[in-house]
Amino acid sequence: MAVVTGVPPVVETNRVIAPGQTAGMLDDVVNTPVLVGPQRTPTWWWIGFGITLSLLGLYLVSIVHLITTGVGIFGNNQPVSWAMPIINFVWWIGIGHAGTLISAALLLFRQPWRTSINRFAEAMTIFAVVCAGLYPILHIGRPWVFYWLMPYPNTHGMFPNFRSALTWDVFAISTYATVSLLFWFIGLIPDLATLRDSAKSRFQKLLYGALALGWNGSAKAWQRYMRAYLLLAALSFPLVLSVHSTIALDFAISQVPGWNNTVMPPYFVAGAVFAGFAMVLLLAIPLRRAFGFEHLITLRHLDNAAKLMLATGMIVVYGYVVELFYAWYSGVEFEKFMAYNRVLGADHWWAFWALIACNLLAIQPLWFRRVRQTPWALFLISIFVSIGMWLERFVIVVVSLTKDFLPSSWGNYVPTFWDWALFVGSFGLFGTLFLLFLRLLPAIATTEMKELAHHDAHHGPDAYESIREAYYRGEVRA
Amino acid sequence: MTTATAGAAGLYGVIAEYDTPEQVLVAAEAARKAGYTRMDAYTPHPVEGLDDALGLAPTNLGFVVLAMGLFGAAAGYFLQWYSATVFYPLNIGGRPLHDWPTYVVITFEVTVLLAAFTAGLVMLARNGLPRPYHPVFNTPGFERATRDGYYLCIEAADPRFDEGDVRGFLEGTAPVAVHRVAR
Repeated sequence: MAVVTGVPPVVETNRVIAPGQTAGMLDDVVNTPVLVGPQRTPTWWWIGFGITLSLLGLYLVSIVHLITTGVGIFGNNQPVSWAMPIINFVWWIGIGHAGTLISAALLLFRQPWRTSINRFAEAMTIFAVVCAGLYPILHIGRPWVFYWLMPYPNTHGMFPNFRSALTWDVFAISTYATVSLLFWFIGLIPDLATLRDSAKSRFQKLLYGALALGWNGSAKAWQRYMRAYLLLAALSFPLVLSVHSTIALDFAISQVPGWNNTVMPPYFVAGAVFAGFAMVLLLAIPLRRAFGFEHLITLRHLDNAAKLMLATGMIVVYGYVVELFYAWYSGVEFEKFMAYNRVLGADHWWAFWALIACNLLAIQPLWFRRVRQTPWALFLISIFVSIGMWLERFVIVVVSLTKDFLPSSWGNYVPTFWDWALFVGSFGLFGTLFLLFLRLLPAIATTEMKELAHHDAHHGPDAYESIREAYYRGEVRA
Repeated sequence: MTTATAGAAGLYGVIAEYDTPEQVLVAAEAARKAGYTRMDAYTPHPVEGLDDALGLAPTNLGFVVLAMGLFGAAAGYFLQWYSATVFYPLNIGGRPLHDWPTYVVITFEVTVLLAAFTAGLVMLARNGLPRPYHPVFNTPGFERATRDGYYLCIEAADPRFDEGDVRGFLEGTAPVAVHRVAR
């Protein structure tokens, strides 16, 4: 028998939710793939899990080699002391920001298109933060004493230096990781209760019963819940802006030409949202197809995400222009040389122009609705954006450091096998966590979808249409 | 469960089941006007206006969160001031020890951390969660309450509670069914 029953034929729609959805239908289509027994796990899931698990193996081997041998296995050395670990850290954490922005900012702005994509986007955030947070911990050389970064009374009698942007990072990232996890879990509780009440096996009943914490949906509980959720959104929105601003300050408060620039924080935040929406699309497009969610994650969602990607992408391009402008306008010879070396330098000119191709040229088709509503085209553009944003961090981090002040101290940087292994392996960590999420938890917030479906039925386009018809028939008076 | 055998002493309340949020909203409004005070509605998603219909007081969670946020700001600032000027002063290029601009980021992060965890955990605690058992789960077919069923329960603790009257009242609000809920 088909895994999902009672699903209407899938139709692509330009609305936030296909018309005629009922609460029961939503539960069935979203929760059935979660609640089916292990023997009914779809083949694509096993294939994907096999791939990500292999990459996770590569990741673990790299970590073991790193810990047993030391950070010398990486290509970074003077003058390029920050390289792949920091590039990958910034890249992953930037991806995470789109999830928080979807769930917090779009909630505050009352955007109904947030609802079906927020849950998996928040999951993406958490897993991306896990991937990101591991890089600095691994890069410090002795990961087993990473807790020295936190201020706590200790026998060394020492405290961290609070004037260092790297200490700010520790606070920003750990706050961001824990608050995102809390926001995600609080949002999940009613959905977990739904799973608990439709669970079939004993394992599922115990798992979802324990995780739902005994939620019964009472009106008083909902009142407090909605207030808490709104407060969490209101706190998460400035938090997400602060996190990437802090990461930008790691660069901006230093003296390195190409880093010491006041445009960094807003431009980094825009870049994070840009890369994050690309990842949301990279996950949403296969996901809606695999689960048959085309009527819930509709063309409208893809269209809006693409518009945000275009807007933030153009802000990022503005950042590139401002960087080059200030290199000239500052009159500082090191800044001017940095700009020349970045654009036309013999070693890394290709990185800058590839980044322009990915982040400026590849997104231009998004001006057209036809492109924004063609999933495969969006998927392709999102891959370009992801590569482009990685290259951007490469250009900022590596190219600035190779040739900074004294020509006698110039050097080059070549990543080693282990640099790449740890990067490729981190996709294994992300993918494994994401696939487990898809298998064990609902990818769409069913509770919020029920509210949306109810709202859509009573206040959506159809409702207005029927009121208008009734008006013309003389049954309703204005 | 023990629905059939529970006497008045083992009774938690009488519950009515509806198919739409509008029905439970109307019923809650009517119950409040009829003078019932100890009651609660159970819905699969938040229903706008239901707290007013039931006569629930607004939540003061916001003030708790504000207070803890301010405490977090003070604590975050104090941590940095104390460590940088008193406990572990670091002379970095002769800059002042109490250089507040560099404290801004961590002060903000600690504010958000404490405020957010207060919002989440106090909400759970005030809702009595985690709670493995609640009498309302004795309602037959209560699985619908997280799917597509809307419930209004008038509790036996209500000063005006009389099982016959309450059942009669709830049956007058056009429910799908009315059940006794054992404690």
